[in-house]
Amino acid sequence: MAVEKMALAKAINESLRHALEADPKVLIMGEDVGKLGGVFRVTDGLQKDFGESRVIDTPLAESGIVGTAIGLALRGYRPVVEIQFDGFVFPAYDQIVTQLAKMHARALGTVRMPIVIRIPYGGGIGAVEHHSESPEALFAHVAGLKVVSPSNASDAYWMMRQAVRSDDPVIFFEPKRRYWDKADVDTEAVPGPLHKADVVREGSDLTLAAYGPMVKLCQEVAAAAGEEGRSLEVLDLRSISPIDFDTVQASVEKTGRLVVVHEAPVFFGSGAEIAARITERCFYHLEAPVLRVGGYHAPYPPARLEEEYLPDLDRVLDAVDRSLAY
Amino acid sequence: MTVESTAARKPRRSAGSKAGTTTGTKRATRKSAPRGEGEPIQLLTPEGKRVKNAEYDTYVEDVTPEDLRGLYRDMVLTRRFDAEATSLQRQGELGLWASLLGQEAAQIGSGRATREDDHVFPTYREHGVAWCRGVDPAKLLGMFRGVNNGGWDPNGNNFQLYTIVIGSQTLHATGYAMGVAMDGADSAVIAYFGDGASSQGDVSEAFNFAAVYNAPVVFFCQNNQWAISESNEKQTRVPLYQRAQGFGFPGVRVDGNDVLATLAVSRWALERARHGDGPSLIEAYTYRMGAHTTSDDPSRYRHDDERAAWEAKDPILRLRRHLEATHHADDAFFEELESESEALGKRVREAVRSMPDPDRHAIFENVYADGHALVDEERAQFAAYQASFADAEGV
Ligand SMILES: Cc1ncc(C[n+]2csc(CCOP(=O)(O)OP(=O)(O)O)c2C)c(N)n1
Repeated sequence: MAVEKMALAKAINESLRHALEADPKVLIMGEDVGKLGGVFRVTDGLQKDFGESRVIDTPLAESGIVGTAIGLALRGYRPVVEIQFDGFVFPAYDQIVTQLAKMHARALGTVRMPIVIRIPYGGGIGAVEHHSESPEALFAHVAGLKVVSPSNASDAYWMMRQAVRSDDPVIFFEPKRRYWDKADVDTEAVPGPLHKADVVREGSDLTLAAYGPMVKLCQEVAAAAGEEGRSLEVLDLRSISPIDFDTVQASVEKTGRLVVVHEAPVFFGSGAEIAARITERCFYHLEAPVLRVGGYHAPYPPARLEEEYLPDLDRVLDAVDRSLAY
Repeated sequence: MTVESTAARKPRRSAGSKAGTTTGTKRATRKSAPRGEGEPIQLLTPEGKRVKNAEYDTYVEDVTPEDLRGLYRDMVLTRRFDAEATSLQRQGELGLWASLLGQEAAQIGSGRATREDDHVFPTYREHGVAWCRGVDPAKLLGMFRGVNNGGWDPNGNNFQLYTIVIGSQTLHATGYAMGVAMDGADSAVIAYFGDGASSQGDVSEAFNFAAVYNAPVVFFCQNNQWAISESNEKQTRVPLYQRAQGFGFPGVRVDGNDVLATLAVSRWALERARHGDGPSLIEAYTYRMGAHTTSDDPSRYRHDDERAAWEAKDPILRLRRHLEATHHADDAFFEELESESEALGKRVREAVRSMPDPDRHAIFENVYADGHALVDEERAQFAAYQASFADAEGV
């Protein structure tokens, strides 16, 4: 066993290092990923060890980064692309949605697009505009893409390894406010499938479902509710496309209640999809409507207001109370 | 362009230091485009010596000693403001700051070349241009403090909001300029962007639209050598000013640390635009002396000696040397400016410290101009939720 405590950012770094070592076709591409090691240092030291043609500082052009990654993939490479911040993925959105996602289907399955697009996402770090967004639903809506988000260092390590190995394009959302959170990573463990949800805390009164940055919050909520004598189950979905509805269903059949928590706006968000599916699957088990806690239908606010905008302990507890009151 | 063709030009407005006081002359009659091939256009050496330039001297022949002092004052005050913002960030008053240190001449020269009715499309580092446009410097700090995502009325001083997504604003500027032309107006538009931004598709698209529609827009690229950690070679294999040629309009490289040269070249380009001669590209060759932003650590990617070499070309120092050598400024001037700088620093500091956090309900303000039922619903829920705390606390 090789267990080491590391921060989430470091775990991704180790995972990428492993991928570069294991397969000469793996490439890292993006802005500032080389000497600087990325603005979050996720690729720190990789260029030094693998050279400038494996860890590529690209021109400042997101459409160019993803578009050329598609070409490289057509040529047999496996690019892992970094988008510096969530709000900067949109110049590349065209390439991702109109080209990357559809290539495999258009080529009747003859072509593979083993591209990982890493996007640090979400708020809570006091950043300026375009640095705190949660656009996962915009990608999950597009067939042909896989969308995942780890919540802890161990998953970050293993999910990245699986994402790099995947022959499908994976949009890999990294919860930037958890980059510095440390956890044990067992680099020799045998991980479950990439799309499998985890029950991170068992409970019997209500299910909290979250992913990425909100998992830790939901664990705190469950602990706080526990002190009030309530037993909450917490699910880490890990994958947003596909969603492991079987795990959610099993949990809801047990608890009868579901609250979905994410940072992105609730309106047309991933919580809406989960609520609809679970209502369909668990109609006779539900004791209350599925509730959602998330951002508002408003632009992500300036830093001094983000605490009001982001789901916090009180807001989630409030939803728990409302659900239990039915 | 010949020297004769410029001799007929009317005297130009002065390069006065007060914002919004410049009133442009009628359009120049020049048609051809002077350009700097390779060596940047320079009118003031780093030692502060005035060098002759047959093509561009005419654009600054009206600049009086008083104007020179005005340009100097602009640069000193802008640098002082910038330093204050950097230290405010260090003290936790601002979340982030993008310093313009080293780029004062590029910004003041071009900013002072604009006319009141011109329109400016900045990125996030154009504090000196904002100063020239008469935007209250304290207003620039709101978004860096995190109390808003903009903070000024872009039409108030014809200075658009800072743009963080790299290159986007060059298209907005081009569209605006297309509108100016459609309206038959004779104002010009200037778009600022960096060497890194030149790699974005949007910037190439802006160049092409501007050329195709002969839009009165000046593309002002501050090549400060770095795009965060990436040097020029990672953005371009041709000198940036040469890009313009492929799109069908002229490009010039100017010494971006020479305020007189940036003033002259910007006047040339803006007047071309006003005259209906279409877009041009200015590459102001300069240097970002500080970090990319306060979150950046330049020691990871560049050497200190590089900075030292550029310090010798400091834009403020060179104009000071010139003012001293020509006796256009005396000790009293510099001393007075010193205390004016201190006062500005103090004012900015106080303004930032007393900047209130926005009302929490502001999240729901201005989401739509015509309103939206969902926003109304969420606003009401939010208010009720907030009120529940007040009840619980017995307030
Ligand atoms: C579309 C987009 N991608 C990435 C970023 C992150 N970013 C902010 S500034 C910057 C470097 C910009 O360099 P340059 O255009 O040369 O301007 P400078 O900051 O040097 O003035 C980067 C990569 C961004 N703001 N927008």
